[in-house]
Amino acid sequence: MSVLTGGHSATDLARERKFGPLYSRNAKAVVGRGLMAAKSSTWLVMVSGFFEPVLFLLAMGVGMGSIVGTVQGPGGEEISYAAYIAPALLAVSAMNGAIYDFTWNVFFKMNFAKLYQGMLYTSLGPLDVAIGEIFLALLRGLLYATGFTAVMGVMGLITSWWAILVIPAAVLIAFGFASFGMGITSFMKTFQQMDWINFFLLPMFLFSATFYPLSVYPQVIQWFIQAMPLWHGVELLRQISVGSFSPATAIHVGYYLVMIALGIMLTTGRLRQLFLK
Amino acid sequence: MSAGATSLLRVHNEAIRSPTPSPTPSESSQSGFDMNRPTVISAQNLTKTYGDLTAVDNISFDVPAGESFGLLGPNGAGKSTTMKMIGGVSQRTSGTLSIMGLDPESHGPEVRAHLGVVPQQDNLDEELKVRENLIVYGRYFGLPLSYLKPKADELLEFAQLTDKANSKVDALSGGMKRRLTIARSLINEPRILLLDEPTTGLDPQARHILWDRLFRLKENGVTLILTTHYMDEAEQLCDRLIVVDKGRIMAEGSPANLIREHSSREVLELRFGSERNATIGVELQGIGERLETLPDRVLIYAHDGEAALEQVTARGLRPMTSLVRRSSLEDVFLRLTGRSLVD
Repeated sequence: MSVLTGGHSATDLARERKFGPLYSRNAKAVVGRGLMAAKSSTWLVMVSGFFEPVLFLLAMGVGMGSIVGTVQGPGGEEISYAAYIAPALLAVSAMNGAIYDFTWNVFFKMNFAKLYQGMLYTSLGPLDVAIGEIFLALLRGLLYATGFTAVMGVMGLITSWWAILVIPAAVLIAFGFASFGMGITSFMKTFQQMDWINFFLLPMFLFSATFYPLSVYPQVIQWFIQAMPLWHGVELLRQISVGSFSPATAIHVGYYLVMIALGIMLTTGRLRQLFLK
Repeated sequence: MSAGATSLLRVHNEAIRSPTPSPTPSESSQSGFDMNRPTVISAQNLTKTYGDLTAVDNISFDVPAGESFGLLGPNGAGKSTTMKMIGGVSQRTSGTLSIMGLDPESHGPEVRAHLGVVPQQDNLDEELKVRENLIVYGRYFGLPLSYLKPKADELLEFAQLTDKANSKVDALSGGMKRRLTIARSLINEPRILLLDEPTTGLDPQARHILWDRLFRLKENGVTLILTTHYMDEAEQLCDRLIVVDKGRIMAEGSPANLIREHSSREVLELRFGSERNATIGVELQGIGERLETLPDRVLIYAHDGEAALEQVTARGLRPMTSLVRRSSLEDVFLRLTGRSLVD
C-alpha cells in the first residue's frame, strides 16, 4: 500500500480542484520524461537550433553590416548594424523555437507517436502534459538565449549590463508563442495545414522591423506590424540590449503577458474538448 | 496491493519449484463466479454517440473483483469505445459508469491510478530505452524512484525482457513490444487491467507466451477486462464475456455456457467447392439441428458430428473435405449476428 502513496496524494489533490479531470499536479513527470528523451536523441536538433540565429548574425550583421555601417539605436545613439539586428534575431529565434516545439513536435507526438495518448491513460491530466511541455520548451529557449547572448558578448555587440535581461525577456517571448502554438496545433489534422503556420511566420520574420526600422513603412502598414506579436519582441529586446527604456517597454511586456494568458485559456479549452470528449 | 505485486514473482518461482501443478483453467474460472467479491466495474445503460453514429448502444454489465471479463465482437462493435469510457478518456453520452465506486469522468486521474491500460496499438515511448519506458511511465503516476527501480526490474523479469533492459524500443519484436506494453501497464500495481486486442498481429508462439503471462496476473487477483475478436483467446482467458455487435450486447455468459445455449455440441464443416457450397443447402435439409451456408464452406450444427456426416454420405453427397469439431464462440457469434467475427 505504502508504495502507492505518491500516486494517491497527487490524485486526491486533483479531486479537490476545479480542473480535477484535467490536472493532477504532476507536470514534473512530463518534464522528467523530456529531459530523459533529450539526453539520448534530440541533442543534434537542439544544437542546430542554437546555430541558426548565429549564422544569420554572421551573414547579415557582419557581412551586410560592413556595407551598412552604423545605424541609429532605440535611444537615438549610433550602434553597429550587427548590434542593431542581434536582439531582433534573438526574438525571432525565441519565436521559432517555441513554434517548432509546439507545432511540429506536438503535432508529431499527438498524431503519430501517440505519446500523449499513453500519458493520458495514467494519473496525468491533459493540463499536466501541457504545462510540462511548455516548461521544457522554455527551458530550451533559456539555453538558446543564454548561448546567443554569450555570442553577442564575444562579438562585442553588448554595450550595457542591462543586456543580461534579454535572456529572461527572450523566455517571455517564447512563452507567448508556446502557449498559443499548442492551442493552434490542436486544430491541425494534416501536414498541409501545418504549412499554413509557416505561411504566417515567414513574413512576420522578415517585416517586423527585424532588419530595418519601422519608419520605412507607410503609416497604415506600421499600425499593422505593430499589432503583430514579433514586432513587440524585437523592440523589447532591442531596447533592453542597449539599456534604453521608455513607456513603450511596458507595453511590449504587457503585450506578451496578455498573449500568454489568452494562449493558456485557448490551450486549456482545446485540451478539454480534445481529451474529455 | 503491494502484496499482490510481490507475489507476482513468488508465484512465478513457486510454479517452477513446487511439484504440485498450478490451477487449471477450469478451476480458476469457477472462482470467477464468487458472488462475495465486490463489484469493481459497474456500467448501466452506457451509451456513446458520435454525431449520427451510435458506437455504444445502451449496454449494462457488472464485473466483480478478480474476474476475467471479455468483450467479444468484430471490429467496430464498440469495444474500444467502451474501454476508453472506462479509462475516463472518452465521455459517455448517457448512462452511468462506476469504477471502484468512482465516476471516471469526474475522477479521471484517481480512477486511472488503479487502472493498467494496454491499448490496441502499442504506444511505447520510442525516444526512451526499454527500462526507461517503465520508470518514466511510473513517474506519470507520481510514484517515487525508490519504488520504481526495483519494480521495473521485477516487471522486466516478468515480461522476459531483462536482457533487453537497455535496448531501444524499436529494436524489439512485435511480441516483445506487446509484453513491454503489458509490463508497463503493471507499473502502478493496478487492480484492473484493460487489454484492448492484446494479441492481434502476433504469431502463435508470441500469443501463447502472452496468454501465459496474463494467466499469471489473473491468478494474482488482477481483474482483467479484455476485448478480442479471437474466439480462442476469449475461451482461454475469459471467465465471462459479453458478445457485442453494433454497440449492443447480443449475449452474456461464460464461454462454455454461451456455446451450450446458442450452439450445438459439435459442428460438421463441409466443403463442396466454391460453386456448389451455395446450392448444396437444399440437398442437406434435415441433417443436424441447423445449417449455415458460408461462401467457402457449409456448417451443420449437430449433437453428434460423425452421425451427421454419415447421413450426408448416405444421401450420396461427396464433400471435398469434411471436419467434425467442437462448437466455438465463433459459432455463437455467427448464430447471434448472422456474420463471421473476422471479416
